[in-house]
Amino acid sequence: MQMPALSPALAFEGVSKRYGETIAVDDVSVAIAGGSFVALVGTSGSGKSTLLKTVNRLVEPTAGRVTIDGVDVATGPAPALRRRIGYVFQGTGLFPHMNVAENIAIGLRIAGRDEPDRVAELLDLVDLPQAVARRMPDALSGGQRQRVGIARALAPGAKLLLLDEAFGALDPVTRDALGTAIRGLHDRLGLTTILVTHDMAEALLLADRVLVMKAGRIVADATPAELVAGQGGADAQALVQVPRDQAARLAALQS
Amino acid sequence: MSAFLDALGRVPPLLAAHVLLSGCALLLGIAISVPLGIWSARNAHVARVSLGFASLVQTIPSLALLALFYPLLLSLSALVGGGIPALGFLPSLIALTLYALLPILRNAVAGLHGIDPAVLQAADAVGMTPAQKLRLVEAPLVAPVLVAGIRTAAVWTIGAATLSTTVGQPSLGDMIFAGLQTQNWALVLAGCVSAAALALAVDALIGAIERGVATRRRWLWMASAALLVVGALVATAPLWAHAARGRTVVVGAKNFSEQYILARLIGDRLERAGYDVEYRDGLGSAVVFGAVAGGDIDVYVDYAGTIWTNAMKRHDVPDRATMVAAIGTWTQKTSGVRLLGALGFENAYAFAMRGDDARRRGITTLDDLARASSGLTLGSDLEFLERPEWAAVERAYPLRFAKATPYSPTFMYRALESRKVDVISAFSSDGRIAADRLTVLADPRHAIPGYDAILLVAPKRAGDAKFVAALTPLIGRIPVEAMRAANYQVDRDADKQTPEAAALWLAGKIGL
Repeated sequence: MQMPALSPALAFEGVSKRYGETIAVDDVSVAIAGGSFVALVGTSGSGKSTLLKTVNRLVEPTAGRVTIDGVDVATGPAPALRRRIGYVFQGTGLFPHMNVAENIAIGLRIAGRDEPDRVAELLDLVDLPQAVARRMPDALSGGQRQRVGIARALAPGAKLLLLDEAFGALDPVTRDALGTAIRGLHDRLGLTTILVTHDMAEALLLADRVLVMKAGRIVADATPAELVAGQGGADAQALVQVPRDQAARLAALQS
Repeated sequence: MSAFLDALGRVPPLLAAHVLLSGCALLLGIAISVPLGIWSARNAHVARVSLGFASLVQTIPSLALLALFYPLLLSLSALVGGGIPALGFLPSLIALTLYALLPILRNAVAGLHGIDPAVLQAADAVGMTPAQKLRLVEAPLVAPVLVAGIRTAAVWTIGAATLSTTVGQPSLGDMIFAGLQTQNWALVLAGCVSAAALALAVDALIGAIERGVATRRRWLWMASAALLVVGALVATAPLWAHAARGRTVVVGAKNFSEQYILARLIGDRLERAGYDVEYRDGLGSAVVFGAVAGGDIDVYVDYAGTIWTNAMKRHDVPDRATMVAAIGTWTQKTSGVRLLGALGFENAYAFAMRGDDARRRGITTLDDLARASSGLTLGSDLEFLERPEWAAVERAYPLRFAKATPYSPTFMYRALESRKVDVISAFSSDGRIAADRLTVLADPRHAIPGYDAILLVAPKRAGDAKFVAALTPLIGRIPVEAMRAANYQVDRDADKQTPEAAALWLAGKIGL
């Protein structure tokens, strides 16, 4: 593995995104330290996914800017930027006409890099057996597919990982295993990770810092410990209340 | 069966022309519709316009589409000072290319729109440039759908190419049209079977390419594509051999038996004079004079009255000799076409009735016919009711038929015989008039002009002494009885002869 010394730091500066009359993201400013694992939590339509996509320019903000290590992401062509950023999303979008190895190596291929050992390395990294390399995506389980998606995102050596509801379509067991695996990768590779999720429990268990979004704005910014302790404001607590109630009901069943 | 095998002998050169035409049209169609399809998939406005246009083209009957390009190219050619051929390969190519657009375009757009949005987002997210996205993701995913569209277009194009006969482009349609006209069913069958076999073979091969692409079996689609290319080269081989030869002259013919026979008679003489002869059969009346003026054909037989009324737009009816002389001066002056002379017989429009019926009703002239017309049905050929001759007849005689139905000439005689119609617009040199014992009605007011068969030679051959010398013996040599008999040999139901055989018989009959 390449091990660049620094994990990239990220900053949103007054970022807004409008679609006609609709405001998806409303003047968001927040700085994310290099090496942190940040969860962006909110209900559907809160603007969390749109905000995330301004980082790799899948969405161009209407106002404001996003910087990585102080450099505006709008500098230079979008493809070059995206090759430095890992992006994994709910649908995964594995290329159905390419096998697993070709999918994982696509970032290297389009950049003209020839690193034949990289696929095997990545399969190990995401805990997939080497035998899946020659399988087609439609012969994989949902969890395997998502692991290939993560391997594809990390293959070019990205230090910034964006996870956009990446575990959304998976069963709870697979989801939990994958979450733990991602956290392990984050720590081992020294990544900066932003996880967009609507599941507060997932955010609390994986992230160092939780940002809560509502109607395009960040309404809470706290550590999991602070949130569990009842801080972070009403909107955040409404979301924390869900897993808390579930835990209480489960505990009640036990007694 | 042997007639069918004989007919199959005519297939190779026509198949070659057919394959070349449909192949070029298909390739051009692909070259236009693939980029247009990509653009349309990215831009809804472009999609609306391009798909709208392609659909509109499909609603035009292919025969009409082909015919439309003749006047279009003619005026375009006039605009740029000549040089654009209005007949033959070019108009056929344009019409068939337009016809091939829709299925390819539609499948390209549908295929691109049908790609999973997650896959496209992933392509962007991994950092593909638009070109890489097209090449690495969109193209391979859309390929099976696109190939299916090309397959549809190929079958349509091969089918529609049979109609290019009508604008003077040789194709397997030559056999179908000529066979229908002369009721040579072996010829029709051979033409249809060849065209169908070609379409099925191409369909199967492109189908195999489609399967190979869809299932990512490289050997399958590459082998099928190679077979397709080799097949096209083999099929068009007669054309390459042909192109190597020179001194080829083209004899034109309209779409009825007499024209086929005379074309063969002319062709035989030119062959004996050392020329290589090609035939363009089945040309429409409207395009054939343009074809000789433009040099697309070198020689053909027309009829004085047709040129007089249609091309020269004259309404007066002088005597036959004056008319022929005036036409010769006019063609020479306006287009350089040389009128070599009249063949000696007339093929005039003539109103004919069943003999017994005419006697019973006491009809012998067009005046008598006008009085009885409100109770009678007219059967005409396909173009007569649109022609100025019909307008002239209507001006001279108050004809008010209960009903008028156009037929192809062969079926027109059938309709008269079976009493579906009472009067037909016959041709005076038609062998069936005597054979069916029809009564030809007199024209006391001289409304119908003379229809001397005249030999017209293209400007570029007008000064070719050998060419002219080969044809001059035909002038004034063919009496109407001989022509009728030759026509009847081809038109009759029993013991039918081919136009070639009838031409040979006619040559013997007139001592040439």
